[in-house]
Amino acid sequence: MRTLSRRAVVAAAAFAAATGFALAQTTEDEVLKYRRMIAEDNPGELWEIRGEALFKQRRGPKNASLEQCDFGMGPGVVKGAYARLPRYFADADRVMDMETRLVHCMVALQGFAPKDAVKTKFGDLNRESDIEALATYIAAQSNHMPIDVRLEHAKEREAYKIGETLFYRRMSKMDFACATCHADQGKRIRLQDLYNATNKKEIDNVMRGWPAYRVSNSTVRTMQHRLFDCGWQMRLPNVEFGSEWTVALHTYLSHGANGAEINVPGMRR
Amino acid sequence: MKTRNIALQGIGAVLLAACASAPEPVVTEETIQRVIRSSYSTLEYKYPPEVMARMNQDDGQKMCTAVRNEVAKIPRAQLDAFIARAQQEIKYPASGKLTGDWKQGERIAQSGFGMRFGEQTDDPKRPNGGNCYACHQVAPQELAFGTIGPSLLGYGKQRGASEAMQKFVYDKIYNAWIVSPCSNMPRFGHHGFLTPEQITHVVALLLDPGSPVNK
Repeated sequence: MRTLSRRAVVAAAAFAAATGFALAQTTEDEVLKYRRMIAEDNPGELWEIRGEALFKQRRGPKNASLEQCDFGMGPGVVKGAYARLPRYFADADRVMDMETRLVHCMVALQGFAPKDAVKTKFGDLNRESDIEALATYIAAQSNHMPIDVRLEHAKEREAYKIGETLFYRRMSKMDFACATCHADQGKRIRLQDLYNATNKKEIDNVMRGWPAYRVSNSTVRTMQHRLFDCGWQMRLPNVEFGSEWTVALHTYLSHGANGAEINVPGMRR
Repeated sequence: MKTRNIALQGIGAVLLAACASAPEPVVTEETIQRVIRSSYSTLEYKYPPEVMARMNQDDGQKMCTAVRNEVAKIPRAQLDAFIARAQQEIKYPASGKLTGDWKQGERIAQSGFGMRFGEQTDDPKRPNGGNCYACHQVAPQELAFGTIGPSLLGYGKQRGASEAMQKFVYDKIYNAWIVSPCSNMPRFGHHGFLTPEQITHVVALLLDPGSPVNK
């Protein structure tokens, strides 16, 4: 997966080198061209279709579907639920994002062991991820609705604060915080534009489109994967799926994008 | 109907008041440590203690996080002590020579390899890379460069390659926060991410008159 993305970067650079324009200009033009090229069709819709089938299928030791899962709007209500997440769930006494809640339901309703429920949390070329498909379907049921994370419960407000603290916390072997790459305007890592989480327009544009089909990964990725991957690059130990750490950051970022119209699956490099 | 509206407004006002008076949650280091313990609980992964320790901040990371990298807010004495300690801690190569081979430096500047752990683990026997191009323009031939740091094109051409300059660049790569506290740049030597010898190669990439950076 990583080799693929590297190849794309090199290809874009090689193409840029072949043209005779001023360097910076050319590089950015080629990146834009590449973006336009990949934006025309979104294979992520296939994940959404597969997710819907999985959602309605009876599965797991309890041979149950996920149709009675309560994503915060009551059992069985999926429409608009994603727009309000992450939020506090009394039955688990914690804040959960959509992916975390999904795993919760796979355990509670379908009877999967927690370990088995997250077995295919991230897909690769050899193994599809049920969670990536299910997450795409669930999120898409909030399409065209504004993100609306309310922070009404004390634990939601705490999660937000923890997320903000983690966002600025410098750690590990590279001295990075999330903010090192995501709190400045108009920066790039290699040829990849970095979004600025402190800029309303930019955080809106990013958060409205997750889960997203990632071209370099050839699969849909969830925000849980995005956070995990950033941590890996920061040389942190791999954070666990649905952990308090990830949900806190997700709460911070989603609340920052309140009002943004959801449009999933998004499409990212 | 009207009564009901008034009643609802009343409830709304109470709710608003409740929200306004709700105490802002305070997130202490203790809270963060609790989050770390629960989020890296080894349910899914097992890590050596060195890797788990990366979650904890060292003095410099604590200092910079506390002011969100606004150096002006750090008490002068604390900052001076930090810089003095960092300077003392620098290890120089046994040869004493601070500039090496720019060609090896270029390879180090290109590579983002090293110290990643988990789903994909980097082989510790392979050398780490500095990944300079992720953030800086360096040699003009490489167009896939980032812009988090300044362009280093022509770095040595503008500044020369004197011994003082070599030491300055070596120290900066070893511990960027001596020169520019709390900057985005990783402290490569401080964390043992690059070896002293590797750093001399990157110094050569930036300063050697034969390096493409200075052509």
